[in-house]
Amino acid sequence: MTTEALERTKTFKPAEWIDAQPHYFLLLLMGALGFLAMIFYSWAHLAELGAEPTVLGALGKAASSWLTMTVAGLAMGLLIFIMASGMTLVFGLMHVLNLGHGAFITLGAFVGASALAALSGLTQADSLLVNLLAIALVMVAAMLVAGAGGLVFERLIVRPVYHDPLKQILVTVGGSIVILQLIIVFWGPNEIPVSRPGSLLGSFTFGDVVIEKYRLLAVVVGLAIYAGMQALINRTRIGLLIRAGVENTEMVENLGYRIRLLFVAVFVAGSALAAVGGVMWALYDQMIHSHLGDLRMVQVIIVIIIGGLGSITGCFYGSLLVGLLFNYLSLVTPMVAEFASIGLMFAVLMWRPQGLIPVIRV
Amino acid sequence: MLDALLSGDYPRSRALSALLLLIFVSLAFAPFLFPGTVAYQTYSKICVFIVLVASYDILLGYTSIVSFAHTMFFGIGAYAVAIALRDVGTGWDAVLLGTGVGLVISLLAGLAMGLLSLRVRAIFFALVTLAVASGFLILTFKLYTFTGGDDGIRFSVPRELRPSFKLLESDLTGFDVIGFLTTGSLQDALFKVSVNGRVVMYYLLFVICTLLFLLMLRVMNSPFGRVCQAIRENEFRAEAIGYRTVYFRTVNVCLAACIASLAGSLMALATRYAHPETFLSFGVMVNILLMTVIGGMGTLYGAVVGASLFLLAETYLQNGLGWVHARVEGIPLLADVLTPERWLMWLGILFVLSIYFFPKGIVGQLRVWAQARRARRSAGGDGETAAAPTLGRR
Repeated sequence: MTTEALERTKTFKPAEWIDAQPHYFLLLLMGALGFLAMIFYSWAHLAELGAEPTVLGALGKAASSWLTMTVAGLAMGLLIFIMASGMTLVFGLMHVLNLGHGAFITLGAFVGASALAALSGLTQADSLLVNLLAIALVMVAAMLVAGAGGLVFERLIVRPVYHDPLKQILVTVGGSIVILQLIIVFWGPNEIPVSRPGSLLGSFTFGDVVIEKYRLLAVVVGLAIYAGMQALINRTRIGLLIRAGVENTEMVENLGYRIRLLFVAVFVAGSALAAVGGVMWALYDQMIHSHLGDLRMVQVIIVIIIGGLGSITGCFYGSLLVGLLFNYLSLVTPMVAEFASIGLMFAVLMWRPQGLIPVIRV
Repeated sequence: MLDALLSGDYPRSRALSALLLLIFVSLAFAPFLFPGTVAYQTYSKICVFIVLVASYDILLGYTSIVSFAHTMFFGIGAYAVAIALRDVGTGWDAVLLGTGVGLVISLLAGLAMGLLSLRVRAIFFALVTLAVASGFLILTFKLYTFTGGDDGIRFSVPRELRPSFKLLESDLTGFDVIGFLTTGSLQDALFKVSVNGRVVMYYLLFVICTLLFLLMLRVMNSPFGRVCQAIRENEFRAEAIGYRTVYFRTVNVCLAACIASLAGSLMALATRYAHPETFLSFGVMVNILLMTVIGGMGTLYGAVVGASLFLLAETYLQNGLGWVHARVEGIPLLADVLTPERWLMWLGILFVLSIYFFPKGIVGQLRVWAQARRARRSAGGDGETAAAPTLGRR
């Protein structure tokens, strides 16, 4: 460590820290603003109930509703992250913008719904472990189908148009139309209800703090996927190759690695992750339809832009930000909640045009 | 004369010229050639979409700007007219007011979007417009007191455009081409055309759409259009030569936005109904994309061919698939795939294939063939030089 770096660690300069760690800064800011909003909300709520609002009472109520909303928001954010992670992974390594990602989310949801129906014996059992096992099996099924789909999609749709961003956008949109129509062929055009296993319904309450059980599962799965991706990319040999491939594809090829194979594997992994996201969302919403993926894609895209295209860490923090923002606002002013994330995206872009944690220079 | 009208941008292929002439003549005399309400809706939609797709082609084909917010402008125009005719009155002043307000809003939104491309580039831009467009769609659904939300807006149009209005007292005679070709009876093919407000509406639409299309031809064959194409080919180089690419991109986005807004206003007037599904949904955006690519990117004539074929397919391909479906009934999977409701899947496959094998679309491919033919004819060894003069223009 140079003396200069030592110097920097000693004196803490906020501006530098914000510049180096914009994601932590925004997350803290979001939490603080959320708490502020909760105070106003509780004050107004208490006044509405007829009670004389006291500062202490409002603070106490704000604290509990803030905690409720923060956990719910983080869970929502992680749900989005699960759906978005595959797309950002694929873009990061292959520079392929897969607008067909939404179709894989839908595919995962539909396969998951069918698998859940098939495993009704396990899902209706009155045991948390058995239910979790059922969900794990469902996820594996969805991942297998979507992974196979991704393999075909990569071969037929994406491979001919590497290095041509415009055609990639067009072709993947076309491909997603075909996948969605095929989904309608197999599952029909109607909405399908998905029943969540009994032990994941309802919520825990600690005093005034309410935490839905299913959101806890979303947090666990989301964090596991994030940790898994980070570990795979930063700690393993394959991750090393992926990182090297992002940095300089040709060089890795020249060193004798078949980077094509890696590309295919990453694309399949991306599709499988989309399917996991689809299953998680289907269980959350308890209703699936063929537009599900397209509707989710908007949030996925916002999250990816906020985080910086191709950045997994950025995508993670972007998802948390969007999830928190949505939940805070849906309590205070539900009208605004839906577009607030678009506003956040613009604000981030104005501040940092490449996203929070940029990987590439587009 | 023709040179001035088409701005020197000829079809440059005999087959294409014939096809364009056929489309133009069919549209010009459409009320007298195709009877029935479905046909009326189809050919007025074709007129509007030719302009809409051409305005999208200005962005995608000529400047390589991928925007998913084009339906937003289309919707702004439509909703401005719809709201004006609902709240202000049913006169021509309300139509003009709505169209004007729609234009101004689209211009401002286009300006904001163009300036955004200062900050973000290429792929980012495409994604951002996708997010913005869906935000606008959600907004339209949410502000239902103002926009009618999921119910849309039904409104009355000026007296002269209503079906009850008669321009001529006596009926004219039309000639049903399709009927004649299928039955072969000359007597049955004749039908009466009452020149009512619907016909007036259609010709208003037709004239404005033709003018807008010629305007776009003019602009894209002007020095401005050349710079846009230069940006498409190599943006860095265009900038190095000394063109401020941001300025050109922004003007281009604004132009496309304004024309799309006008198209939206016309469409709303023709259908007397504004609904998010028909004007703003992502499905419409994908359709525009399909029409642009299948017709041929970077050639405004591609918009004419693409929009006509696509919309005819949308209305009539389903009948064809229905016919095929009846033949393969019993076969489990094949029958499901070939139902008329799955026509979009076949179109998607066609779209992907056309990007791979005919990246220049129908128009581009026809021109390539025509050029090869010319080269062959003047062959004798120097086919290269014979083709050279046309190489510079795409």
